[in-house]
Amino acid sequence: MMPIPLSWWLTVSAALFSIGVYGALSRKNAIGILMGIELVLNAVNINLVAFWRYIAPTDISGQVFAIIVITVAAAEAAVGLAIIIALYRRRQTAVVDDLDLLKN
Amino acid sequence: MPIEIPTLNIAALTPFLAVTVTAFVVMFFELFVNDKRILGYLSLLGLAVAAISSVMLLGVSPAPAFQEMAISDGYALVLNLIFIVTAALSILISLSYLGDRALQRGEYYALLLFSTGGMMLMGAATDLIVVFMGLEIMSIALYVLAAFNRRKMGSGEAGMKYFILGAFASAFFLYGVALVYGATGSTNLSAIGNWFTSGGGDLTDPIALVGLSLLLVGFAFKIAAVPFQWWTPDVYQGAPTSVTAFMSVGAKAAGFAALVRLLMVSFGQAFTLDWQIAVAALAVVTMTGGNIAALAQKDIKRMLAFSSIAHAGYILVGVVPGTIDGVQAVLFYLMGYAFMNIGAFAVVAVLEHRVAISSAIEEYAGLAARKPLLAAAMLLFMVSLTGLPPFVGFWGKLYVFRAAVEANMSWLAVVGVINSAISAFYYLGVVVQMYMRPAAATEDGEEVVPISLSGPVTITLAVAVIITVILGIWPTPLVNLTSLAVFG
Repeated sequence: MMPIPLSWWLTVSAALFSIGVYGALSRKNAIGILMGIELVLNAVNINLVAFWRYIAPTDISGQVFAIIVITVAAAEAAVGLAIIIALYRRRQTAVVDDLDLLKN
Repeated sequence: MPIEIPTLNIAALTPFLAVTVTAFVVMFFELFVNDKRILGYLSLLGLAVAAISSVMLLGVSPAPAFQEMAISDGYALVLNLIFIVTAALSILISLSYLGDRALQRGEYYALLLFSTGGMMLMGAATDLIVVFMGLEIMSIALYVLAAFNRRKMGSGEAGMKYFILGAFASAFFLYGVALVYGATGSTNLSAIGNWFTSGGGDLTDPIALVGLSLLLVGFAFKIAAVPFQWWTPDVYQGAPTSVTAFMSVGAKAAGFAALVRLLMVSFGQAFTLDWQIAVAALAVVTMTGGNIAALAQKDIKRMLAFSSIAHAGYILVGVVPGTIDGVQAVLFYLMGYAFMNIGAFAVVAVLEHRVAISSAIEEYAGLAARKPLLAAAMLLFMVSLTGLPPFVGFWGKLYVFRAAVEANMSWLAVVGVINSAISAFYYLGVVVQMYMRPAAATEDGEEVVPISLSGPVTITLAVAVIITVILGIWPTPLVNLTSLAVFG
């Protein structure tokens, strides 16, 4: 059985990164933007674990880092959703284009 | 097989622990205490402990802590003092500002302390994992603080904008970390540095270079450098003024803290060979972009936001040479900036009285007649931010520009001086409003809102004025302090 080369993992990760960035930039809804950002973070995790396996398998820091990223992403999503809900109660919208009180 | 117990060297992180433990204590007592101001004073006590332990650690030779994850070298400890000053002055503003708006809550102070702890971690981190954790501890607390004033429309909007763009920048930063890890096989800053110098690493390795660029993007966002500055004016304007004061100095200093250590320790040679010009370009566009945008502003918080972008540019001038003199000039600048900028925001916090989003510069008209001392304090901060002697802002600029000249980049210093001249227009515009324009005539029946100065914010103003003047006349103590900032 042929082992999967590192470049395949990196390609998947780069594709996921691009999809996430596209989503975050093109979505108007704050929840949609948050989903795009989560995709980018998952791309990071694929990279970290793949690099750990192929480049530095003796040292577990790549794996540990991936777990830390998952934890922090959860904390970030919790805070972000709380802010979105607080704003939705006040303004009845989660569409970022409607948030135009603060501008030049 | 015997289990090897690692040496942690917990003592090295005493300042961070003091701040974090105080934050938990504040959250606990929030349940029992009715007058939440007590929690603010408790936070100040915790910060004082952190400051004392930082000063005491300055005398100890630094040892790596937590398996080379962090270190309390002179650089980290001087930065700790900058963060502590920023947090303490902001808490004093908050004690007055939040009380006036019925926002006095315990979790505010806990979040502010957590954020300060995250900043300290960024300054002390010697591993990209810890840099990331510090960055997130700081940022997540700041997202909530920016959205803290739930009664005001603009505050939630500021929190949301800060969160979305901050999370996006963190994701970029992380992708950069992953690529650097892949290229070098380590997340430790010195190990990355060794890979470049002796480990067979190549300065043209594409993965490492793309990783470094993404790391720079992440940091440029946190320090509000052009072209990653769009969020700054909106967030600074919408957030409660006490929070704006805190993050305008603290988040910027923390971003610089990790950026400078990364560039100096990990990318030392790669940085001075290939990347100097990129950071110099970033400095030039940041200074110029910030200053030109600030000229057009009618709201003082937006004006100060754009001016803080310009100041990030001046500080980047000190980063460009990649010398220890430049690093110490950066720290001098940041410490001076903490006093003068938070002082300016303290004046804004005192004067900001309307419920709607407005802190228009026009409302400062005639202030000199109504409140001569407050107007004089604002005058002093504005002159110091412009960079005129005899105030601390002058010396800050002098030292960063001198570092650039000594590294044979005089053109960068020239651009900086021209930019300081541009900044005089908008800073002195505030002074003109205060001293030369009469107050807007009030119609019959319209009450003039009294300007109330309560105790804590007065202390902030007094401290900021005194330090700005004393360090302006006699900068030696701060020069001596920053000269202790060396990498361990």
